[in-house]
Amino acid sequence: MKYAYYPGCSLESGSAAYDVSVRAVSAALGIELEELDDWNCCGATEYFTQHELVANSVIARNLALCRKDQQQLVAPCAACYLNLKKTDHLMAEHPEMRRRVNEALAAGGLHYDPGRVRVRHLLDLIYTDIGEAALRAKAVRSLKGLRVAPYYGCQVVRPLNGFDNPEYPMKMDEMFTWLGAEVVDYPVKAHCCGGHMTQITEDAAFELIRRLLDSAVEYEADLILCMCPMCQLNLDAYQARVSSHFNKNFQMPIIFFTQLLGVALGLDFEQVGIGKEIVAAGPIIQARLAAQTAGATA
Amino acid sequence: MAERVGVYVCHCGSNIAGKVDVEEVAKWAGEHIDGVVVARDYKFMCSDLGQKIVEDDIKKEGLTRVVVAACSPHLHEKTFRRACANGGLNPYLLEMTNIREHCSWVHKDPAQATIKAKALVSAAAERVKYQEPLEPMFVDVNPTTLVVGGGIAGLQATLELADAGYPVVLVERLPSIGGHMAQFDKTFPTLDCSACILTPKMSEVGQHENVRLVTYAELEEVSGSVGNFKVKIRQKARKVDYDLCTGCGVCIEKCPRKVIDNEFEAGMGTRKAIYMPFPQAVPRVPVLDTESCIWFERQRCGACQKLCPTDAIKFDQEDEIIELNVGNIILATGWKPFDCTKMPQYGYGRLANVYTSMEFERLCNAAGPTNGKIVLRDGQTVPRSVAIVHCVGSRDLNHNAYCSSVCCMASLKMAHLVMEKTGAEVHSFYIDMRTNQKDYEEFYQRLLQEGVKFVRGKVSEVTDAARAPHEAGKTIVQCEDTLTGRQQRYPVDMVILMGALEPQADAREMGLKCGISCSMAGFYTERHPKLDPVATMTDGIFVAGACQGPKDIPASVVQGAAAAARVQGMITKGKVMIEPVVAKIDEEHCSGCRICNNMCPYNAIEFDATRGVSHVITALCKGCGTCVSACPANVISGAHFSNRQIFAEIKGALWDALGAEETPVSAEMSAP
Repeated sequence: MKYAYYPGCSLESGSAAYDVSVRAVSAALGIELEELDDWNCCGATEYFTQHELVANSVIARNLALCRKDQQQLVAPCAACYLNLKKTDHLMAEHPEMRRRVNEALAAGGLHYDPGRVRVRHLLDLIYTDIGEAALRAKAVRSLKGLRVAPYYGCQVVRPLNGFDNPEYPMKMDEMFTWLGAEVVDYPVKAHCCGGHMTQITEDAAFELIRRLLDSAVEYEADLILCMCPMCQLNLDAYQARVSSHFNKNFQMPIIFFTQLLGVALGLDFEQVGIGKEIVAAGPIIQARLAAQTAGATA
Repeated sequence: MAERVGVYVCHCGSNIAGKVDVEEVAKWAGEHIDGVVVARDYKFMCSDLGQKIVEDDIKKEGLTRVVVAACSPHLHEKTFRRACANGGLNPYLLEMTNIREHCSWVHKDPAQATIKAKALVSAAAERVKYQEPLEPMFVDVNPTTLVVGGGIAGLQATLELADAGYPVVLVERLPSIGGHMAQFDKTFPTLDCSACILTPKMSEVGQHENVRLVTYAELEEVSGSVGNFKVKIRQKARKVDYDLCTGCGVCIEKCPRKVIDNEFEAGMGTRKAIYMPFPQAVPRVPVLDTESCIWFERQRCGACQKLCPTDAIKFDQEDEIIELNVGNIILATGWKPFDCTKMPQYGYGRLANVYTSMEFERLCNAAGPTNGKIVLRDGQTVPRSVAIVHCVGSRDLNHNAYCSSVCCMASLKMAHLVMEKTGAEVHSFYIDMRTNQKDYEEFYQRLLQEGVKFVRGKVSEVTDAARAPHEAGKTIVQCEDTLTGRQQRYPVDMVILMGALEPQADAREMGLKCGISCSMAGFYTERHPKLDPVATMTDGIFVAGACQGPKDIPASVVQGAAAAARVQGMITKGKVMIEPVVAKIDEEHCSGCRICNNMCPYNAIEFDATRGVSHVITALCKGCGTCVSACPANVISGAHFSNRQIFAEIKGALWDALGAEETPVSAEMSAP
């Protein structure tokens, strides 16, 4: 299976662990990712609020860069994924926008017809295209005993992008159940991580982060699984400050779902970037896996 | 002799004339179409004066054919056929062409619309010249009526007809008649007991000399047509002999297998493997559920069979097919509740104290699993605060766009019952309050007085994720109060979801069996939404109750009675007209290949083995034309739809594309 790959800026910097694990897991599952040549910024959330035409043109350039033989584009970052989908959708629905975006693209010798490229999130791809049977067959390490809290955030599952229920997503829950993990059905898995609020009003952002961490703790999760660089950053990098802000002592590891998936597929921690996070996830995973083998030999 | 054609173009006020230049169309027709001797436009052709013009012209101008360019023939073909008959012309020498729905209403450019109207008039005028006089046929109406569905709408229809002295067969899918109304505790806005007003009707139906009650049965097949339907009903095996059973209930008492009752008790209570759904069930004959019965699991037990005093338990009983002849059919197949797990953000199935409205009805019902005590799932805690969430799956583009129409009132009723029985605080979350029937708004006022706290807003989430100490252990309803513009959280003990009323899962399938269609939402389509609300496009098939759209008890009763009145009209008249638009086989040239026999969707073609030819049973033929095109020898003709008529129509429609001498088809092809 061949796909064009759009890493986005986060995966080249703060969320390098996501990039590493996406590539490693894909290779292990036989998903061939070919990085898009000369890709550019997805515009994040800012461009859209400033100038719709510029935002759509910037994003459409990435879609236009896909070759004829690249019909599907994988974008692991939630914001990239949403933006690419959004532009494709807007160009399909609004002929005038389509015309103007293509006028802009023509300056660079490019053209894009909406619908030509199908934008995929890796969660959907692995869940749907690889599927339960193949994933179970390829998993060499059971995650038994590990209590995971899948965290979906907002951008990937909201209505436009729907491969999952936007109000109460379940695909990541199901996937890690296949792999033997104990998935906690905590009620805030699609709630807000605070997004960029950390830059604007810490009080509001910290409260949102606290709710997520509190709920995961209440449900006795060992770690939280993310699929968005922003979510992972907020929950992990701000955890210590949220702790002191609320006089708590959170020690909740936050990693990307691909990292733990890689562990199940038999990859080393280093190969999937475990250790790059601030609240260390390695020890608890190690401990749970060790408990399994101890249980098996005992 | 050349035909003398009259063309009449209707303005329909501004409906047609606002877009189509009707005067120009009439003038053009008079000048350009061969045989048109009179061409007029008129404000309202369907008015008495409009009809009179047609009648007078037939007499004075000696018209032999008439074309009316106006609205859909569904609306006024009968009107103009009658006008022709009054003028002394065979009504089938009229052709109506639709320049409203097919032209003025759907086009924007007046010039283009006028060109299209000319083409339609031209097509009709060319066709009408080849139409032939036809005589309608009359058949007797079988006075027996089939009512499908024993809910309140079906019961009402059944009783109206039976009391008027006509035989009725009532078929019900479940073991007892009564429908959803039997599950309810109280009814709005009067708060009278649902069972108290329903069960007298049920027992009346059960004992009525004119009613044949067939419960635990499904309508399987319908053939024939108005006045003379043939129906097949599958009587599912009860495993209990209907005639031997006395309804003593020993079998139920002694049955050791208890299962959750997902049907009548909405999962809130239990029943035995052999059961009657509720104490007042009609008929009082139990049903054995083979899926939970120990005997059918491992051939042991058999307690019911051993202890039955009349040997009525028959483990080997099989499904039976009952064949009946009926004149009319009333579908009153009802509704099913929305599956609330489709909105996981409301937590149904995940959070213990979130209930569906049907669950609450059973919880509140004195004959229900808790004897009417409103308690949480733990079976003992009385809720001190209750939230009622409106529009769950209704008025929601992700699920059903329509308003379910009964939930506002039902939620008011529930709020009253909760407060009366528990004294709990009630919050009612609504989008709009819709209380627009007699005495409904007054009931709303009463509940305002009683102190229900109404919150205007669509609930975004029901969760157990507490954010503050006072929320701990509660079920929290998150909602934007749109009157104050604030996000609010309401920690409560119990949440009731007012799920939508949806069409039955097999509504479309049942519709197909009877030859009627469904709306996009899946409710049966009535013949006319305002003027013919219980008839359908298929003669002899009527609809009543919530299968036609969400409705409450009073509205269902009205429709049940209305459908019965329509059927009575048919029976009293005694005869029904059959359109003479039927197929005819030229028996002299029929080779007896029988290809048409199997092609006919109405089983209207019979093979006469002695003469080796097929012939059409005209009473059953719908004139669909399938056999006409299927006949390899080209010896079947369809009255009113002959090849010559159709080709002339095509030629007329293409008047501006064809030269005067050109014909679109070869001469042989235009033979009948």
